[in-house]
Amino acid sequence: MPGGKERILKRRIASVKSTKKITRAMELIAATRVVKAMVRANQARPYASRMTSAIEDLASGGAGLSHPLLRNADEVSAVGFVVITSDRGLAGPYNSAVIKAAEREIMATQTEGKGYRLILIGKKARDYFTFRNYEVEAFFEGMTDTPSYDDAKEVALQVAEMFTDGACDQVILTYQEFISMGTQQVAVRQFLPLESLGTMAAEGSGSETGRAGYSFEPSPEGVLESLLPRYIESRLFSALLDASASEHANRQRAMKAATDNADELITKLSRELSRARQDAITTEIMEIVSGAEALGGDADVDDEIEGSVEVDFASIVAGLTAAPEVSSASATPSSAPFGVGSHEPLPDNARPPGFTIKGNNDSMLYHRPDSRSYKVTIAEVWFDTPQRAEAAGFRLAGTHPKNT
Amino acid sequence: MNVELVSPENVLWSGEATQILARTLDGDIAFLPGHAPFIGALDIAVVRVWPTDGEPVAFAVHGGFVEVSDSSVSVLSDVAELANEIDVDRAKAAQERASAAVAADENDAAAAAANKRAHVRLVVAGATSDAH
Repeated sequence: MPGGKERILKRRIASVKSTKKITRAMELIAATRVVKAMVRANQARPYASRMTSAIEDLASGGAGLSHPLLRNADEVSAVGFVVITSDRGLAGPYNSAVIKAAEREIMATQTEGKGYRLILIGKKARDYFTFRNYEVEAFFEGMTDTPSYDDAKEVALQVAEMFTDGACDQVILTYQEFISMGTQQVAVRQFLPLESLGTMAAEGSGSETGRAGYSFEPSPEGVLESLLPRYIESRLFSALLDASASEHANRQRAMKAATDNADELITKLSRELSRARQDAITTEIMEIVSGAEALGGDADVDDEIEGSVEVDFASIVAGLTAAPEVSSASATPSSAPFGVGSHEPLPDNARPPGFTIKGNNDSMLYHRPDSRSYKVTIAEVWFDTPQRAEAAGFRLAGTHPKNT
Repeated sequence: MNVELVSPENVLWSGEATQILARTLDGDIAFLPGHAPFIGALDIAVVRVWPTDGEPVAFAVHGGFVEVSDSSVSVLSDVAELANEIDVDRAKAAQERASAAVAADENDAAAAAANKRAHVRLVVAGATSDAH
């Protein structure tokens, strides 16, 4: 019978177990997702690297490249921040690490007297920044789990517009970089203007030796015009893929830790439960033992009482049954069932002193001490003389009724 | 020469080829081994590759780049599709829709591009003749 403590513990164990089931399932899902995300990131790598090499070739081969996306403002008046987080939580420190890094950057920007523009990806970032009354320029959701290239395009368009409009002179990308299954780190990177590209373009236009003899169709500017937006898209896409792989890796780790903790908690609680149960059993035994002990003394007294009651009762009954004869034969002792000269057996069938004849109530036969079966017969009634037995209607055993 | 057809999400096709035909914004251009370094912006058109061994392959390429350097050709495209990836019925429906939009408004650039894409898809899928 479980006591209050046991019931509470059992309930807690059940709840921890069901939580563990959930975290275990999430861990397994995250494990498969992180593999998928890694595969996607790897598949996207050739495009990004070819794009970069094309830009480099273009920069080294093209003359006097200028493009709104390469605009390098002398004085930065506002900084745009692209913050990539996840839509869902339960990913350990994944979101908070990115958000903290971004907020630090924003604060630094503000102390320098510059404005900020926020482009947020993922519900977690929005929740954080809107709650703290930051101004949010644009917000995207539903793309961090498995980002598609179209998602990247959508964000890139927004970012590029913000930059070319002059709403900000610099764009910083904050996300979590996926280095390996075990290592992800927060990356704060300048996204626009394309700094390396800008210097490459400047160098390319400056030095004739840098030209690799590329020919362009329709023209270097024309190529750049359609290449740059794609370059931004591809960079954003690879950041999104990295962030997605990091998110799943973080979630897997967090859920593994949660599952391990649940295991530990279950062990601890089970141990506590066993102890509580053992305590209850011990208490119960103690109660029974002490109760029995307390009753033990009383039990003997009771027996005595009961015994005496029984004796009294028996004598009363004997008295009652003997009563009619008492009335007819007068002055017979209560222990004489057949009147004077008869006596009922004493306890243990012992012979009452002075009575030698054994009588059998059922057969109405009596045995004298010299009778053949005298010794084996258990007397139901004793008589002092054969005459008394005959008077009570008994017949000597071994004699024929006709003979008497 | 080594040819690679790369989309942002994966490498669509790669291998050795003897010739590749593409269309830049200026017009058709074919590359043979030993072509001079070249970067071109691609139009929405069919890119054909003649592998060293095997049948010629056609791709529907919807904009992007082609870069030639060191006897290797890379085609980078936002959207590139192989013949077996194209849903002919959908492309036909899209073409009808787009041509109706173009007929209604001559200056509808989006519809014109959609029309072109649908046409290129159908050409690659072999559902219509390649009318350049």
